[in-house]
This record gives sequence, structure tokens and C-alpha cells, in this order.
Amino acid sequence: MSQLATVAKPRRNTELLLLLLALSVGIMANALVNLNLGRTFDNDFYTQAAILTGLSLAVHFTLRFRAKYADPVILPTVVALNGIGLAMIHRLDITTGDSAGPRQWLWTSLAVAAAITVIWFLKDHRILRRYTYISLVVSVVLLLMPLVPGISAGDVNGAMVWIKLGPFTFQPGEIAKITLAIFFAGYLSSNRDLILLAGKKIGPLQLPRARDLGPMIVAWLASVGVLVFQHDLGSSILFFGLFMVMIYVATSRISWILIGLALMAVGGFAAYQIFPHVSRRIDSWIYAFNPEYIADASFQVVQGLFGMANGGLLGTGFGQGSPETVPLANSDMIIAALGEELGLVGLFAVICLYALLVARGFRAALGTRDAFGKLLAVGLAFSFALQCFVIIGGVTRLIPLTGLTTPFLAAGGSSLLANWIIVALILRISDAARRPLDLSPSPSNEQQKEVPTL
Amino acid sequence: MNDLSLTVTILRFGFLILMWVMVFSVVAAMRRDLVIGRKAKVGAPTARQARKHPELIQDAPAAKAQARLLVVTEGPLAGTTLELSNTPILLGRAQEATLVLEDDYASGRHARLFPQGTRWFIEDLGSTNGTYLGGTQLTRALPVELGVPVRIGKTVIELRA
Repeated sequence: MSQLATVAKPRRNTELLLLLLALSVGIMANALVNLNLGRTFDNDFYTQAAILTGLSLAVHFTLRFRAKYADPVILPTVVALNGIGLAMIHRLDITTGDSAGPRQWLWTSLAVAAAITVIWFLKDHRILRRYTYISLVVSVVLLLMPLVPGISAGDVNGAMVWIKLGPFTFQPGEIAKITLAIFFAGYLSSNRDLILLAGKKIGPLQLPRARDLGPMIVAWLASVGVLVFQHDLGSSILFFGLFMVMIYVATSRISWILIGLALMAVGGFAAYQIFPHVSRRIDSWIYAFNPEYIADASFQVVQGLFGMANGGLLGTGFGQGSPETVPLANSDMIIAALGEELGLVGLFAVICLYALLVARGFRAALGTRDAFGKLLAVGLAFSFALQCFVIIGGVTRLIPLTGLTTPFLAAGGSSLLANWIIVALILRISDAARRPLDLSPSPSNEQQKEVPTL
Repeated sequence: MNDLSLTVTILRFGFLILMWVMVFSVVAAMRRDLVIGRKAKVGAPTARQARKHPELIQDAPAAKAQARLLVVTEGPLAGTTLELSNTPILLGRAQEATLVLEDDYASGRHARLFPQGTRWFIEDLGSTNGTYLGGTQLTRALPVELGVPVRIGKTVIELRA
């Protein structure tokens, strides 16, 4: 009982302290890159440090004004990850002569601005529930965009997931992640009783009715569609996994997971048999060290593995390794680059930061009181977890490598934008979860209205 | 080993240490945070608190008598009764609803009544006109005591023993 009497505290000062620590991680990483690669500490370095500080403080003060009770550890974790990513991209730019760094700075600023906008204008996450079916339509449109001639950017690295808007290229699938989570949360929070109650019981399993399987079949077809038409295995796993987790959380029926895994196995096996690009992926994963595959298909993974081995336990230090020899070192393979230069110790710190971020998302879901908010927070936090698993698992050759982005670390604007918006939504939900409630029926309560006399 | 490379080595390990300091600071901040989120005790316990702390329910005097009937007291369906088992009840105009309300002011999926422990809770499902428990609009799941009117559109229901 005494635990229940704990007074909720905003804890924004804790956030500020952790934020300073996170900023020192990001800025020190950048400083080490400059130091080790013989760069002078010119204006660029100070400007970048100032931008990172300014952006984080902007979010911090927005939270002070608009979401006082939001979780204090989410923002510092994200800032630290983003800072490490920016430093690594800058470091790779120096050796490859690429210019991904300035682009990443631009997108970081845009993404943070978008997150601030969401926190500022979205006063209550439950408003999103009104857009359940609009979100579905938006998701479908976003997923189809890369296939529309004219705005499609065509086949990039074997996947049709990009669109071109003037000088910018964008991956609409990243945003579809958010709108799909909103749709699943809205749909499942109003329909879960139906799905829960109906159906036959066979042994310990309660099987759902055939008509309640509809949404699951649709989700499965959509993911298979993404795989077949866009050649994007990563997003396909992400969308279907998101749906499976949300329906499991909504109904707590293990039968959904089993049905989902069975559908996934069927889809995966069929794709392996039918599509050459899928079977190539799998073969180059199993036989990665076979000379036949090292020549091109598995070169990236194998080179990344050698890089991480070179880094060892403590890493070579920023700028001291040669992660630039791995193709796409600053996006898909950034985990291999970090593994090489920061070592196992550094990589595990990064993974711990991800784990903490996901755990805080689940915590917000546990604390919040409405079913929609719970499902949305679980779905969004789980999307981080699944992305990390798929990409880090791919880089370390636990599972076949697929082109998902490493949240906040990898170079890529659309993913940064989408992930910062997700963070804004989780912060908003955590604010609702931790805000103290005045449950006493006092007339001063704004939410209390007279019963309308009709 | 010259001075610069020594500095670089120290900084290299310093950065790894800094990253772990960051991780452990976050964990420390979370540890203090674990109790918050259970709400300050003002008013009735939430469904979640009731599940976690069954002793809260026993404190409430009205919970002694179990609700066994749902009775519609006002509105087009006045007089209808429904026996309660231990499965959730969906209220609304939709055909799938457990109690199909022929009420123009109710939404398709209006509200949901569900048992938790020894009592029933009502939760609004994002309805247009809202659900009122004893004159207060619901903003989250709240326990329904026996005889307290629940208003959905023009329909009023209550639980009876």
C-alpha cells in the first residue's frame, strides 16, 4: 500500500543530467575521430557540437512545457545513439571521401524538428485512434509508392523501396511502420473481444474463427507482397512481426503466434523456392565463407566479420581500423564498423542502450491506462527491437542479412525521421502513463461533463 | 610511446568507459523510477492495480456481493436483462456486440464490460458520445458497482446481484 502512495515526479532534471552525459558521449566520439585522423578542431567540429546540444535541449524544453511527466531516460538514450552514429558516419566520410555526414546532420535536424512538432501538437495519443482506418489507407499508399513509375527511384541495391522527390530520395516504408502500428492498435483495441471469445478449443490451444483470421491473412499477404514486388525481406519481416506481436499482446493467445510462425514458414519456404534473390540471400548466408559466394554475394558480411574480429574485445579506436573496406559501411553495416573500432565492449554498450530504450517503451505501455495506448507503445517499442535483431543478427551472421536500418545509427534520412517520430509518440504515451491522476470526482475536474439530457 | 599516442590510447579507453557510465546512469535513473507509475492513491484503484493488489478490492465494501445480472433500465431496450458469466461483454450497435443496442446515440462498438477479480470494469472504446458512469464521463477503465447507472447514448444499464 505504501508503494501506491508514491507521488509521481516529473523528473525532468534527471533527464537534463543524463542528457549532458549523452551529449558528452556524442561529442567525445566526434572529437576522437578528428584527433585520430589528424583533423584539426575547426569550426565544423564546434558547430556540430553546438547543433547536437541545441537539438537535444530543444526537445528537453519541449518536454518541460508539453509533456512534463514523460519518461526521463528515453531522450538521453536516443541522443547518445544518434551522436555515436553521426561520429561514425563522419569518420567513414573522411576515409572514403563521401559526404553522408552533412546529409545526416540535415536529416537529424529535420527529424528532431518533426519530433518536437509531434510532442507539441499531439496533446493526447488517444486522438490517433480516430485515424485508425485512415492510417490503414495511408500505409497502403506509402507501401505502393515505390512501385509507381515517375516517383519510383527504381531498383537500389536490389530493393524497390525508394521514391525520388526532386533532389531527395525517401523510403516511404519507414513511415508506414508508424501508420501500421496506429492501425493495428486501433483495430485490435476495439475488436479484441471478438477475436478473443470466438473459436474452438483444441487441447490447450484456442483456435480463432476463420473470419477473425482475416486481418492476419491480410497482414501476411501484405508482407509477402512487399517481399515479392519490392524485394525487401527486412521490411516484410518487420511488418508481419509487428502485427503478430500486437495481436498477441491484445489477446494473449499463444495460438496466434503459432499460426503466424506457420504462415511465415510457408511464405519463407515458397519465397526461397520461387525467387532467385531470396534463395541467393539464404545460400550466401549458409555458405558465406565459400569462395564462390565471397566473390560478391557474401563479401559484405564476411568483410564485416573480419572487421569485427580485427576490433576484438576493446576495438581499434575511432579512426584506427579500416571499416571503410566493407560495402555500405555507414548504413547497413554500421554495426560492423562500430564493432571494429569500439570492440565488443563498445558494441555491447550500444546494444544495452537499445535494450533500455525498448524496455522503457514497454514500461510506458504497462503504465498507460487505455488499450489503444498500450498496444501502440508495445508495437512501436517492439519495432525498434525487431529492427535491431534483424540487422545486428544479419551483420553477425546469426540470420541472413537484410536491408533494415539500424535505428538512429545508420546513415539514412527516412529512417531517422520515422524513428524520431516514434520516440516522440512513446514519450507522449509515457507522459500519459506517469502523469498523476486525480480520480476523486471533484467538480473542478475538466474532463467531467454533465450527462447530456437528450 | 610518444605523448600523442599515449593520449589517444587513454582517450580510446576513456570513451568506452564513458559509454558504460552512460548505460549505468540510465539504469540507476530507472531503478529509482520503478515504483512511479503506480498511481498516487486517490479514488478507486484501476483495473491494473486491482489485478496486482487484490487487497485493494477487499477494502471496497460493495464488492462483497457479486454482480450476476446486467439490466437495461432506460432507453429502447428497457427491461432487457442479460446474465453475466465471466466473459467480457461488448456493448454497441454493431451486430457482433454481446448486447446489441438499438440506440441512435450509441456507437457501433461503444463500450466494453469486463470482469477482473471479483468485480466488473467498464471501458469506453472511443465512442462518439462517450460513456458515463454515475454521471461522470469515462476516460479509462473503471469498476462498476452494483446499482450504479452506466449511460450509453440514451440507454442506461446497471449491474445487479
